[in-house]
Amino acid sequence: MKRVYVVAGVVLATALGVQSVAAQTLKTVKERGSLSCGVSQGLPGFSTPDDKGNWTGLDVDVCRAIAAAVLNDPTKVKFVPLSAKDRFTALQSGEIDVLSRNTTWTLSRDTSLGVNFTGVTYYDGQGFLIRKSLKVNSALELNGASICVQTGTTNEQNVSDYFNGNHMKYELIAFGTADETVKAYESGRCDVFTSDISQLYSIRLKLSAPGDHAVLPEVISKEPLGPLVRHGDDQWFDIVKWTLFAMINAEELGVTQKNVDEMAKSTKPDLKRMFGTDGNLGEQLGLTKDWVTRIVKAVGNYGESFDRNVGAGSNLGISRGLNQLWNKGGIQYAPPIR
Amino acid sequence: MASEARKAPLQFGIRLRRILCGRAGWTGLVLQLVFAALIVWLGYEIFANAKANLQNQRVASGFGFLSQTAGFGVSQSLIPYSESDTYARVFFVGLVNTLVVAAVGIVFATLIGFAVGIGRLSPNWLVARISGGYVELIRNLPLLFQILFWYLAVLGALPGPRQSISLFDEIFISNRGLVIPRPIPHDGLMAFLIAIAVAVVAALVLRSYARRRLFREGRPMTIWPYVLALLIGLPLLVVLVFGTPFSVEVPQLKGFNFAGGLRVVPEFVALTLALSTYTAAFIAENVRAGIQAVPRGQMEAGESLGLSHGATLRLIVVPQAMRVILPPLTNQYLNLTKNSSLAVAIGYPDLFSVFAGTTLSQTGQAIEIIAITMGVYLLISIVTSVAMGLYGRRVNRSLSR
Repeated sequence: MKRVYVVAGVVLATALGVQSVAAQTLKTVKERGSLSCGVSQGLPGFSTPDDKGNWTGLDVDVCRAIAAAVLNDPTKVKFVPLSAKDRFTALQSGEIDVLSRNTTWTLSRDTSLGVNFTGVTYYDGQGFLIRKSLKVNSALELNGASICVQTGTTNEQNVSDYFNGNHMKYELIAFGTADETVKAYESGRCDVFTSDISQLYSIRLKLSAPGDHAVLPEVISKEPLGPLVRHGDDQWFDIVKWTLFAMINAEELGVTQKNVDEMAKSTKPDLKRMFGTDGNLGEQLGLTKDWVTRIVKAVGNYGESFDRNVGAGSNLGISRGLNQLWNKGGIQYAPPIR
Repeated sequence: MASEARKAPLQFGIRLRRILCGRAGWTGLVLQLVFAALIVWLGYEIFANAKANLQNQRVASGFGFLSQTAGFGVSQSLIPYSESDTYARVFFVGLVNTLVVAAVGIVFATLIGFAVGIGRLSPNWLVARISGGYVELIRNLPLLFQILFWYLAVLGALPGPRQSISLFDEIFISNRGLVIPRPIPHDGLMAFLIAIAVAVVAALVLRSYARRRLFREGRPMTIWPYVLALLIGLPLLVVLVFGTPFSVEVPQLKGFNFAGGLRVVPEFVALTLALSTYTAAFIAENVRAGIQAVPRGQMEAGESLGLSHGATLRLIVVPQAMRVILPPLTNQYLNLTKNSSLAVAIGYPDLFSVFAGTTLSQTGQAIEIIAITMGVYLLISIVTSVAMGLYGRRVNRSLSR
């Protein structure tokens, strides 16, 4: 029933016009002294609380980076866990300032939901998790299978496109939260669990016997995941957008959490622009000149955050793949800070 | 009667004033008007404000989304549905699924509820204690917990489709649900159905004839051999003349799941079981209260007439208790219908799950969809309570006769 109250409350809030000061998110966040950031209800690698209630993950790092840039303190973030189907309503109604919750960027979401996507933190694609005992090696062998999916995701429609496109039958059972979906898959209700591939690896770790399950090789969709903000506040849109770009640019220029103070003294022109020793780019965003220093000190550069949360330095061990920088064989690319 | 009717027009003005103004007179009327205007203004303000805010944020609004293609699959649909259908179709799929769960749940909840409620008052010590234990256990555990219990712990523990429990190799039970053979209609089906209907009507006519004769002549008449002959003989005769009415498609394991046959999904079973057992516990208490509201003398009177305990209950006590049972029973029916929206937790595609869930998150039109959904639940509830109200009036009339 909790979900009903959330949705009803949000509808009422929208109706009563709580959101009349939409254009002042930066001011609101500063006055409040904390950033309200929408995250998942627990997806290791992206956003998950540990046993002490500290949130970690790639999506969480984006929230912390914004808090560092705006409030000069990466801990001043209020994390709001949201299910897939409640996330957009929470952003629309002003309950959160930014949604950083493995959300796929699509045209219909970008236009009709009243939100703006700010960039791509992770290039993902949809895949299938299946029991090894079923001896299936390809998604094309899944004719007639029962498939568990979380409702409110792009995954529901992708499954329909893929199976109909390949003239296969399927049974789709959609659950309200990720946990419920995983439980149903574990109990054997479904042959297959489908989601973005990063999530499949993350969820496989949560299963009682991860070795009994395998991810099929097919990638059936493009899922560019990134943070998003409400329509109507261009300044805030820019801040969130450039926080992520700053992380990516920092990696490209070799700035890390360790060497950031040293690099800030550099005389190289692109580093001087980045660290604000030349020009006032940070102030143009409505922040301070040392905004990039704050971000990198708080969460490191993009590559460091990736490795720590989902990459080689984490339990997930996902390779960089598409998420490698553009000059190293991937497609991660940020416009220049100048 | 006649004199009252003649008086009425004379008192009309006074009556109207009394209805509208109460004791406070015309000042009261003015206050009421102001209050009503305030409510209307508040409603308008909410509507206008929401509309302006949606436009400011450029969130899509209006009901155009209903004709867009849905593009997602639904696991259970009693009306034809495919992914290329519209969101409006999804709405009806969800509505039918909600109504089915509510209807089946209400039937079972009523049966179990009456059995347990009467059982609590049974002179049999064991029956009374088991019924009492049932009520206390079930009504004190959260419903969501019970739904998950049935779904994950009971039905989820069933074997997979390849190791399914089979009855005569025709009915299969597995964690994918219950699969039964499906009848496929042939040409003789219509005649067969008509024959059954005729046989049933004839049997009912025969029964009422036998009853009338019993009251007139005081002699009971044995009718069951005739009824049996009618119900079996007539359809059999039609089958011989017109050929087999239907053939049976036996489900077969193909790949991951069963192909062919009719399937009842475990989500439906779990939800219906949980809703009906949960609501039954409350109905049982209503039934017990209703029966205890009937004076003890009625029971004693019935028994002293030589009626058995069961017959006294059925013929004398319960009909009188109905007057007390009905209003809270209606509440329980409404609760069951509304509680069916917990289906989303176990993936049963009810109205709340596919429309206020999937459709909402795909289109983002929270206000329109929540408004439609609220309207529909409201309508279902009002229809239910009006129907129960009509039934209640009939009960009261037959009692006061």
